[in-house]
Amino acid sequence: MADFGGDDIDTFRAEARDWLSANFPASLKGKGAMMFAEGAGSGGGDFRAWTKAMGEKGWGTPTWPKAYGGGGLSTAQARALQQEMTAIGAFSPIGGMGVMMFGPTLLEYGDETQKQHHIPLIARAEVRWCQGFSEPGAGSDLASLQTKCEDKGDHWLVNGQKIWTSGAQWADWCFCLVRTDTTKKHEGISFLLIDMKTPGVETRPIRLISGNSPFCETFFTDVKVPKENLVGPLGGGWTIAKRLLQHERGGLAGGGAAGRGNLFTGPISDLAKAYVGTDAAGRIDDPDLRSRVTQHEIEARAFQLTAIRSMSEAKSNSGPSTATSIMKNAGAKVAQDRHELTLEILGNQGLGWEGGAFKAEELAAVRGWLGGKAYTIYGGSAEIQNNIISKRILDLPDPLASTNR
Amino acid sequence: MAVLTEEQSMLRDAARTWTREKSPVTAFRKMRDSGAPLGYDPAAFAEMAEMGWTGVIIPEEYGGSDFGYLSLGLILEETGRTLTASPMLATALAGASAIILGGTQAQKEAWLPKIASGELVATLAVDEGAHHRPNHVALTAATGGSGYTLSGTKTFVLEGMAAGLFVVSARTDGDVDDKYGVSLFLVPSDAKGVSRKGLKLADSRGAAIVTFDGVEVGSDALLGQASQGWDLLERTLDRARAGLCAEMLGSSVQAFETTLDYLKTRVQFGQVIGAFQALQHRAAKMFTDLELARSCVEAALSAIDNDSPEVPELVSLAKAKVGDTLHLVSNEMVQMHGGIGMTDAHDAGLYLKRARACEATFGGQAFHRDRYARLQGY
Repeated sequence: MADFGGDDIDTFRAEARDWLSANFPASLKGKGAMMFAEGAGSGGGDFRAWTKAMGEKGWGTPTWPKAYGGGGLSTAQARALQQEMTAIGAFSPIGGMGVMMFGPTLLEYGDETQKQHHIPLIARAEVRWCQGFSEPGAGSDLASLQTKCEDKGDHWLVNGQKIWTSGAQWADWCFCLVRTDTTKKHEGISFLLIDMKTPGVETRPIRLISGNSPFCETFFTDVKVPKENLVGPLGGGWTIAKRLLQHERGGLAGGGAAGRGNLFTGPISDLAKAYVGTDAAGRIDDPDLRSRVTQHEIEARAFQLTAIRSMSEAKSNSGPSTATSIMKNAGAKVAQDRHELTLEILGNQGLGWEGGAFKAEELAAVRGWLGGKAYTIYGGSAEIQNNIISKRILDLPDPLASTNR
Repeated sequence: MAVLTEEQSMLRDAARTWTREKSPVTAFRKMRDSGAPLGYDPAAFAEMAEMGWTGVIIPEEYGGSDFGYLSLGLILEETGRTLTASPMLATALAGASAIILGGTQAQKEAWLPKIASGELVATLAVDEGAHHRPNHVALTAATGGSGYTLSGTKTFVLEGMAAGLFVVSARTDGDVDDKYGVSLFLVPSDAKGVSRKGLKLADSRGAAIVTFDGVEVGSDALLGQASQGWDLLERTLDRARAGLCAEMLGSSVQAFETTLDYLKTRVQFGQVIGAFQALQHRAAKMFTDLELARSCVEAALSAIDNDSPEVPELVSLAKAKVGDTLHLVSNEMVQMHGGIGMTDAHDAGLYLKRARACEATFGGQAFHRDRYARLQGY
């Protein structure tokens, strides 16, 4: 097996290309969006084989250290790998919360035993993680969470309820925020890892407006958790959670702009031309729609250019660029606008719920449009993001200074 | 902010220091109140030329520094911040671009060194009506004798009263809206038959209506090919628009920062008004738009420096996005300042007036959205 640790990008690119052509199943070409559309199944044998190959290679988590099962690639190599995959219609089959959010956070805050145990399983997609943060009474005001965690000497005892736990019904493990001290708000929160097979853990899927159930209510009743499952110091969970949410928002912004679940992947203007028609000059044959499509395409391009700019600035300044703070809201807005325009362009064909009168792409557009309403709610609502910009970037006073941080 | 070279950082820092010390908004106000006939302070412009700003895009062999459009954009962003009035846009950007792109060796030698030194103001004479419609060219250039005779009128000519050289779009063939048949001419302002009338504009800057009444020029006045000038005109306009976008970005950023300062100092109901979430979220929206606009403007300027085929679409993207942003921020500047923002003594009105002039110049948001769509094939 060749060593890809070298600096020569062209050499790496050639080797990546060879490996991809030998391992990526042709049957999956261009199916990335389909595989991850809301409510999609888990794929067949080829998907499993592809997952296994990528997992063993560590390329589903290309920049994670090799010592923990990652690819050990530089960011430039990871970018080259992504470009090579895109070029042949390949996609990473390894994703989810473990890869996007929990893994990077555990690499930063976990102890050696925790990292050795959990990270390789995530890199090989053998374990699925869910996030136990929100509670019925703790949404935007997350730090008011009440799930109780008591020190019982040789174990922790957890009682309480979480909500909006993505994929909890399929998850093997949950990274959880729990209250270990009721006398302090933020310093009373700890970060705990809970095995979902532990007695006393119960999940109930929540049916959403899209008809899908990607989220659950999760109940913890006298759940015993080993002492070594605490990540970071007791009462240090809020700091870790804020870091993890940065990973979440970064991921949401990056993937959000195209609009997940939208199987119409080309320019929205092409869709408009196909469904609405064109005038003699080749323009979309509805001036009002054309104007709004243009406005949307301009916003989408501006967002894309800002993503590129913030990456190049972060690289050269070795710190996050101020542009990063706007990405979650701007990306969510662009993605939601795209869903809305898609639906409008489809007309009556954009009203189908199920059945043979509609193409798969049309049905997916409807579900995607509904699912997309979550973009401005999860991971810190649009309003919370604006609060963050006001407070941290613009240095405006915090109207909730006494209760929040 | 784009990743800059050391030279670019120095240029920006110098521009920032000079505009803040020598050309703050108070200098613009003083110029306006004095009724300066040209709409700028010639002494200040001489200092700018002295620092080499008028030669930033001009090749070294013609007396410039050839630093490129992103570099010139850095300067224009700073002059936009303080509303510095000068012919930079007209001459160092637009006029110079036309000659760099389309000029013969002799034309470059004749005009570029004078533009670079600041002794000559060159400007585009393109628009003929209420809206920017560069393909609408009714001004004619008839062939005759050893050259051409120009007849017609141009309006909203930037720095039209100060200009010593006009780059004039004229019709040598085709119908009035045809792209084919457009030619560009270099016409000195002292040529016989040229007359001009200053426009008094809301933003107090210099612009004029210029009439060409049977103006005879030699064939050496033709810039580029006869009747094939459309592409050259578009390329010139795109460079002018991109630089204007940088100025607009600077004005937007400053209007926002001045407003943000006010939100942190104005007290009502026992607290600074910036503590109110209704205003915070509007401030966050402006900040978001400014970041998005900056990405577009820098991408357009860099594309010009890289001679990218995407220049036209990126320029229209930038003009549409920064136009919307400046529009929003200049309105919010007045609104968030309340009554004081309505007074002539406050700067808000100056930014508001300049904003609309910049938006209209070389095509407003509607023009550029439509152009963006056409360039994308819909």
